[in-house]
Amino acid sequence: MTSTLSSSESRFLQIREVVKDFGGIRAVDSVSLDIMRGEIFGLLGSSGCGKTTLLRMLAGFETPTSGRIVLDGLDLAGLPPYKRPINMMFQSYALFPHLTVWDNIAFGLRRDGLPKEEIFGRVEAMLKLVKLEKFGKRKPHQLSGGQQQRVALARSLVKRPQLLLLDEPLGALDKKLREETQIELVNIIKDVGVTCVMVTHDQEEAMTMADRIGVMDEGVLLQVDVPSELYETPNSKFVADFIGNVNLMDGVVVDDQASSVTIECADCLHYVGHGITGHIGLPVSVALRPEKIYLSREEPPGPHNRVQGVVKEMSYFGSYSVYFLDLPSGARLKVSEENDLRHRDGKPTWGDTVWASWPSSAQVVLTH
Amino acid sequence: MTGTWKPGSRAAVIGVPFFWLTVFFLLPFMLVLRISLAQMDGALVTPLLTFSEEVLTVRIHLTSFVQLVTDDLYFATYLVSVKYALITAVICLAIGYPFAYFMSRSEHRWQPALLMGVMLPFWTSFLIRVYAWKSLLEPNGWVGAPIHASGIDEVLAFLGMIASPEQLMYSPFSLVLGMVYTYLPFMVLPLYATLSKMDLRLIEAAQDLGATPWQAFWRITVPLSKSGIVAGFMLVFIPCVGEYVIPELLGGPETLMIGRVLWDEFFSNNDWPMASAVAVVMILVIIVPIAIFGRNQDHAQEAS
Repeated sequence: MTSTLSSSESRFLQIREVVKDFGGIRAVDSVSLDIMRGEIFGLLGSSGCGKTTLLRMLAGFETPTSGRIVLDGLDLAGLPPYKRPINMMFQSYALFPHLTVWDNIAFGLRRDGLPKEEIFGRVEAMLKLVKLEKFGKRKPHQLSGGQQQRVALARSLVKRPQLLLLDEPLGALDKKLREETQIELVNIIKDVGVTCVMVTHDQEEAMTMADRIGVMDEGVLLQVDVPSELYETPNSKFVADFIGNVNLMDGVVVDDQASSVTIECADCLHYVGHGITGHIGLPVSVALRPEKIYLSREEPPGPHNRVQGVVKEMSYFGSYSVYFLDLPSGARLKVSEENDLRHRDGKPTWGDTVWASWPSSAQVVLTH
Repeated sequence: MTGTWKPGSRAAVIGVPFFWLTVFFLLPFMLVLRISLAQMDGALVTPLLTFSEEVLTVRIHLTSFVQLVTDDLYFATYLVSVKYALITAVICLAIGYPFAYFMSRSEHRWQPALLMGVMLPFWTSFLIRVYAWKSLLEPNGWVGAPIHASGIDEVLAFLGMIASPEQLMYSPFSLVLGMVYTYLPFMVLPLYATLSKMDLRLIEAAQDLGATPWQAFWRITVPLSKSGIVAGFMLVFIPCVGEYVIPELLGGPETLMIGRVLWDEFFSNNDWPMASAVAVVMILVIIVPIAIFGRNQDHAQEAS
């Protein structure tokens, strides 16, 4: 933030302590967020977490109870949706059923009273961008789900908005089509260069598409980070649990050094190779990802970061297998092992007693 | 639909309404058509077919239809009927559309009560409700008095809707008022049905793309409620063309409508063929708009 340019670039969209109450229920609780120009930002959370309400406040369909939203220096307060330089791709698209694909895309341009030739040029360019040149005369109901999705995208991009909002952009597509479309959608958005805020409940979709992700729960923005950091260093039990799979173990700090900490849990003693802000006796949770755990029949060197358990369940997923171990306390430990050899000798199987171990860099210590 | 239906039950589903329409619509219509092509012979109508001396004679009398075309009275009366039916339908649409719109956009818990309110007048006899307007429109009646006090009667007289400011009753004004009052629910209900099932996100999408609420209303809401507008318009227009009771009770000398002519031919002149001819032509007058409506529906179905 040394130059004014970099600060304005990093704060293209500023959301400042935005609150939204619906009749005594706080849907969005003091959310502050900066979004960069050209960024694809993902708002991730389960249904009812407030992410859609936040998106609707950006679009202008809801008015914040308090707080400010500023887009490139323009305070959006009091601006109705039709005056905002923002366009939205609606969940399940909301295409106008009585208009053709062409007229759907031209709708916004006509409202701006652009000259006919310009409307024609821009609609044709959009149809080409989303590869629907031959479908201009069709009505929305004559298109497949994937084609409808592309019409919706074209309609929301044709006005060259400063900010593009995507509400569950791929939610209405089946799984296979979704995976193909994710990449295609990102490519188009990056080509156009528009700043984009998307809302999704699908963490895989958010991880694939977004440059940064904000995780929301009960109206609160819990953590904002790039996908890899969100996965490797979650700042709360909720985020650790929501993003990917995790084993969470409760324990207390028994040794607190500057560059390490030891935590005693019910089944094992964790030695963590980094310091934490805490003190001896502090109750904490240790988050451990399944793929960072190794299984062996031989006892690993002790006494830290190991536990003995019985294989209760295992599932084979092709490239990897997942094991569930029953630990002495009755807790379960989820372990995933890569199947990098076709036939490994001594692979654990049902009922085997095995050792699970992990390096001191594997865990994340969470205080809340 | 489902492949589990037996052919028998499939035939029954189509057969019941088919049977109904044949017995209660097509056959009576053929009877009326047959009578319209006859002449009165004393108290009876002349037979269509006679068989004597090995000659089968088909006698089609076009007298009634010729009279219908040549006598200006009938044509003028059809025109008056269609005119007042159209005026009524347009006014019902103008009042009914905002009515249905606000009903469908009001809070969900209020909607059943509002819907009940629209249908409540049906609980009282139609005749009593229409008759009540006679006293309401008296110069000192509950509706007549404020109309006089506010000077609206002067405007109505100026527009030719009433003969003189003192006389609200037995005028085009009282006739249209009565028909709008009676048929308004038939406009509101189909409009409400269409508007309440409309996807409100489409309005948001239109506003998001730069349409003001007013533009979104005309570009999205109105086109998408077209089927409701057409249905409501037909439900008001069609019965109004043949309306007899309301013009009889509330109309005046210049509002002679075809229902009254039909009545006179049957019961005063006892001219059944003439009455039947009037009825046949009236059905044609009504069937043309229905045919347009039907085509409209087909298009709408194609689009949805």
